[in-house]
Amino acid sequence: MEQAKLEQKEFEPVILAFCCNWCSYAGADLAGTSRFEYPTNVRIIRVMCSGRIDPTFILSAFRWGADGVLITGCHPGDCHYVQGNYMMERRFAFLKEAMNQLGIEPERLRLEWISAGEGEKFAALIRDTTQRIKQMGPNPLKTA
Amino acid sequence: MTEQEPKIGVFLCHCGVNIGGVVNIPEVVKYAQTLPNVAYAEANIYTCSEAGLASIRENIKKQGLNRVVVASCTPRTHEPLFRSACREAGLNHYLFEMANIREHCSWVHKQQPQRATEKAKDLVRMAAARATWLEPQEEPSLEIKDTSLVVGGGITGMTAALSLANQGFKVYLVEKEPELGGNLLHLHKLYPTMQDTKEILEPTIRSINASDKIETLLSTTVADVKGYVGSFKVTLARAEEKREIEVGTILVACGAANYTPPKGLYQYEIYPNIMTQMQLDELLKTGKVTKPPERVVMIQCVGARKGEIRAMDLAGFPKSDTARLLAKILKAKKEEGWPYCSKVCCMNAIKNAMLVKEKFPKADVMILYGDVRIYKEYEDFYSRARESQVKFVKHIEEVPPEIAQAPDGRLLVTAYDALSGQEIKLPCDWVILSTPMIPRKEEVILARMLKVPISSDGFLMEAHVKLRPVDTQIDGVFVAGAASGPKDVPESVVSAMAAAARAGTLMANKQMTTEALTSVVDEEQCIGCGLCEEICVYGAHYVEEGTSHTIAALCRGCGACAAECPRRAITMQHYSDDQILAQVKAALMEES
Repeated sequence: MEQAKLEQKEFEPVILAFCCNWCSYAGADLAGTSRFEYPTNVRIIRVMCSGRIDPTFILSAFRWGADGVLITGCHPGDCHYVQGNYMMERRFAFLKEAMNQLGIEPERLRLEWISAGEGEKFAALIRDTTQRIKQMGPNPLKTA
Repeated sequence: MTEQEPKIGVFLCHCGVNIGGVVNIPEVVKYAQTLPNVAYAEANIYTCSEAGLASIRENIKKQGLNRVVVASCTPRTHEPLFRSACREAGLNHYLFEMANIREHCSWVHKQQPQRATEKAKDLVRMAAARATWLEPQEEPSLEIKDTSLVVGGGITGMTAALSLANQGFKVYLVEKEPELGGNLLHLHKLYPTMQDTKEILEPTIRSINASDKIETLLSTTVADVKGYVGSFKVTLARAEEKREIEVGTILVACGAANYTPPKGLYQYEIYPNIMTQMQLDELLKTGKVTKPPERVVMIQCVGARKGEIRAMDLAGFPKSDTARLLAKILKAKKEEGWPYCSKVCCMNAIKNAMLVKEKFPKADVMILYGDVRIYKEYEDFYSRARESQVKFVKHIEEVPPEIAQAPDGRLLVTAYDALSGQEIKLPCDWVILSTPMIPRKEEVILARMLKVPISSDGFLMEAHVKLRPVDTQIDGVFVAGAASGPKDVPESVVSAMAAAARAGTLMANKQMTTEALTSVVDEEQCIGCGLCEEICVYGAHYVEEGTSHTIAALCRGCGACAAECPRRAITMQHYSDDQILAQVKAALMEES
């Protein structure tokens, strides 16, 4: 029991983050230029718009063992491509349902809006997400 | 994937100690050499230096590289530079990829060098995986029509129109009011020269009217904009009358409005003789003063700079009646205001104070301020105002002065003097409110039409504050004057000339190439459902004879159509499913 607890503590999740070029990727850059320290668990994939993110990308990520996936885009009304983020938001609802059916906790997927000026928010989001996924443990598809 | 076997070259940047001081670069180089399809890997002190770029060029040739990955900083700043190095060595620059191991790694994981090194390896592996799937792209070339539309007939718009006309371009100058002149029509004199606005406006308007290159359209607004850089199709409206024009570039110069306080703020519109600086300008201009004032009190930052209360200011104020002060602060917090400093109000107030002094030498003029923000040659103007007995009183901004009417009909201003710590009572005849320049509603509507982003303050956003002022995120659309934030006349003129030069450069070249980030429809897979046409906000898709087609010049490259297409018939070039999935897989699995 003690051993199991210890192992859980040492679990370092792998989290993928999709960032749009214009807002959230720039927000992540700002976190960097501002030197806001955050955990190393996140790997960022840059796309032009959150509207580009196909549900397949997310489901494939979980199939290939991602412990968590973070989708970030411009704030509502701020999308560089006018409404790509709204399209992503609609897919997000569908994705949560799909994850439920596949036996992956929907909480492993998160959608957040980050502007190019919100470096602090980006760093806080990574800290918080890493913490949450750590508590959830590994992706069940990986251990199954 | 192209038929050629991928041969990837990886260039890892130390960025001095920025990356090298945290990430173990030699270890990552060694790791990169083991990755599939990587033929070459090296480290540079600064990959972006001439030596680094030369090494990229040399190794493309020497090693026969057909893909290049640079692991350094953010592609948002350095991608163009590395791409050009590839191009110079004869490699299509779409075969280039970056791994951001500085902003997204060394700078945020300073405390965890070992883990940062592991992460850097992952990021390089992901970039190499994506690079494997990259394809060369041809950038589409667009014709640029050599006519321009200037929206706004104030000093900015007129200056820009003249500059464009002098460069030889046809200009449509659109003004929503029945006459040219904009805000200057309502101002009396301009600081620091005390020149009459007429002296500036009249010759400018004369030149506009004399130019055979400029077509001035008064009482006209922009009703609709379609098309893209080089060929915008604009619908202009004059009352019920509509007119279509086609232009290559658009210059937004519709300025800013002056904030009118809501009724009751500082008793505005409740007691007589409480007016804004703009109204004082008009009063001084028309000269319709019935009774010379004995005392004039000006209040700065009305409806401006209403951000958070600065606790520091309050701490330095021990003598005050704290409870009353706090009650007033809470009340002030409720007032709606604009958060930014409007920059021109201090000078404008000083100018009007001097004009009042000039006209009514006996009048006592006091300016209640939180901060006086003047700079450069204006400092001298400020000193002159002090010499001519204009009184500057620093008051506690968080406690807005209260205004009451005395039994004799005069006004009584009660404020907190920040220096003495005492409440001061100022009987006066006029109260002048310095209100900020604020964005116009029409401007916001126009920005939406043009798809130009708007800042949190409500003004049009420039593409980059430092590096690309007057440009916008939208190719062929430029912004000048107060449309992008408060500016005085000299600043507006400078930005008008800059914007005209930028638009002129584009039109003189007659054509431009755009990024090849466009969607492509696989006609065999497409069933012509029309979903892409429905969702594309740029109108870049149309369905004809059962299949969808892309108009490359309209496509901005968001890739939403590729994600939505139920048949997966749409490929977003340079951000294809294969490329993104390769990156996803590489992030999660060592052997991809």
